[in-house]
Amino acid sequence: MISHVVLPAVVPPAVLRASSADFYLPLSWNVVEDVRQVLSFPFMVNAVRAGTVAAVLAGVVGWFMVARRQSFIGHTVAVVGFPGAAGAVWLGMSATYGFFAFAVIAAALIALASGSGHDGQAPGEDSAVTGTVHAAAVALGFLFTSLYGGFTGSATALLFGSFLGVTAGQVQLLLAVAAVAVLALVVLARPLLFATVDPAVAAARGVPVRAVSVAFLLLLAVAAAEVAQVTGTLLVFALLVVPAATAQALTPRPAASLALTVVIGIVIIWAALFVAFYRPYPIGFVLTTFAFAAYLAAVTWRYRARALTRLRTRLSPAGGGWATGRATDARDAGVPS
Amino acid sequence: MTDRHPPAAGEPTPDAPLLELIGAGVRVGGRSLWSGVDIAIGAGEFVAVLGPNGVGKSTLVKTVLGLIPLSAGSLRVAGRPPGAANPVIGYLPQRRSFERRVRIRGIDVVRLGLDGNRWGVPLPGAGRYSARARAAAARVREVIELVGAEAYARRPVGELSGGEQQRLLIAQALVSRPRLLLLDEPLDSLDLPNQAAVAALVSRICRTEGVTVVMVAHDVNPILTYLDRVVYIAAGGAATGRPREVITSETLTRLYGTPVEVLSTSDDRLVVVGSPEAPALHVDRHTPGDHAPHHRGRP
Repeated sequence: MISHVVLPAVVPPAVLRASSADFYLPLSWNVVEDVRQVLSFPFMVNAVRAGTVAAVLAGVVGWFMVARRQSFIGHTVAVVGFPGAAGAVWLGMSATYGFFAFAVIAAALIALASGSGHDGQAPGEDSAVTGTVHAAAVALGFLFTSLYGGFTGSATALLFGSFLGVTAGQVQLLLAVAAVAVLALVVLARPLLFATVDPAVAAARGVPVRAVSVAFLLLLAVAAAEVAQVTGTLLVFALLVVPAATAQALTPRPAASLALTVVIGIVIIWAALFVAFYRPYPIGFVLTTFAFAAYLAAVTWRYRARALTRLRTRLSPAGGGWATGRATDARDAGVPS
Repeated sequence: MTDRHPPAAGEPTPDAPLLELIGAGVRVGGRSLWSGVDIAIGAGEFVAVLGPNGVGKSTLVKTVLGLIPLSAGSLRVAGRPPGAANPVIGYLPQRRSFERRVRIRGIDVVRLGLDGNRWGVPLPGAGRYSARARAAAARVREVIELVGAEAYARRPVGELSGGEQQRLLIAQALVSRPRLLLLDEPLDSLDLPNQAAVAALVSRICRTEGVTVVMVAHDVNPILTYLDRVVYIAAGGAATGRPREVITSETLTRLYGTPVEVLSTSDDRLVVVGSPEAPALHVDRHTPGDHAPHHRGRP
């Protein structure tokens, strides 16, 4: 059963519109009614469910990925899903398995190939190794889609997303995988953050830094494979990087920014689905545009807030960290030897 | 914990050294760094580890942590073999500062020193029903006050100055109530006023908290007045004793194997001249102009 990748079982209005410009569902200004209309289509219900699951997993994993500066690896393991999915389709299997299998294998390869980690380098920091895997993956994906033959549409679907054709069975698999991955990340969270912020101290305090880093790479692969099935392999960052980067720009509190990441991810995927249902723009574009707008707004807000703080500090030289720092120095300097 | 001396099982006797190396030697990559090193450091002492670049000062710290094995001799921390005593060690590695983009608060960095090695995450709002969570939060506040970082502990750590970051990292090393503080070049990359302030802070912590401090230093002068003893490593061996006894022309000439002269300046600073790797102990390495950006707390 391969049709859900290349041709959705239920043809969404957006696809029909592509061929006949006359057909589109009317958008009323009653949002509740519009949402009800969207959700009256089973393929849209599946899309919302798959998108929500992917947004949650991408949020928590992406938060750590951004904090660890491993975005390039995130992109690579997602791109590796492309030959995986194309190969699976070529062999007549579900693309879902191809996404997961190839992404996890690629993450394991990157972890293996990039040193022991004893020199203080986290596994996967070697961007040359990652880049090599990246190039090989894209070439292999191109080969598989060529072998499958004919359907240039399938390559586009794998690269830029095809989730209007997600089946109920796929949603269940995505949910099960995401549940296990989120649980694993909850267990890892604190040592992982410690190993991210301060690897040397974490190692001295008994955190198995290398094992934790490798485990995270595998989780990152799972998350990227999940998101790739919704957004396509080239646009995973819309859910994997942007919500986390937006939240981290807004607050430096770890728990708050992690929660905010998930919320931002869910909101933009819902908004994107809604708009893509009513307008002839591809879902990947709509999703990425919303994500970009959120990030832009957050960065603008942060610079405004910082400028205000700076102004306030300048206006009241008696308050703030400056004076306290001085007092502490004076106290320390006054300690007799 | 595997203690091979039955009478000393558990806590060592009060007068037993907290850190003890006997005939210790280490090889890294087939090359012997130092050997025949005997050091015994008692509770509450402030000791500096000095020596030229590449002599193996950081390696000494890593052997104490059990991260690098000794090739000869023995090493015991609080009566335990290296590695087994790490819960009673507060460690501050040699480092560059946090990157400007690190979006995590100073207080979170400190908190990681307390329970960052535990699996799982605390439940949200745990402070309302868990006495342990409240105690943890109180301890974090306490050490932040101790190092005088209240004013900036809630700002993203990447935006703080080098001196501010160093105070928070000292708080992180202290938060788990260690008996031994291992500080690897904590004054490096700080400007002169901050070097003086952080040196004074470490000395104050050593006295008031009763913590043994072993500080690896490139330049002894900022801490000279506070030190109980120094360990000077050079040319494969080491000399231990009071600063004015070890940092002398005779001792260093013997350690280096070439003529070395120690000069005393009018403000009581020490300058080592003629050592094979000259900049071991000179004063003007940190010119007042090279301070970190966004520097606060200048006296």
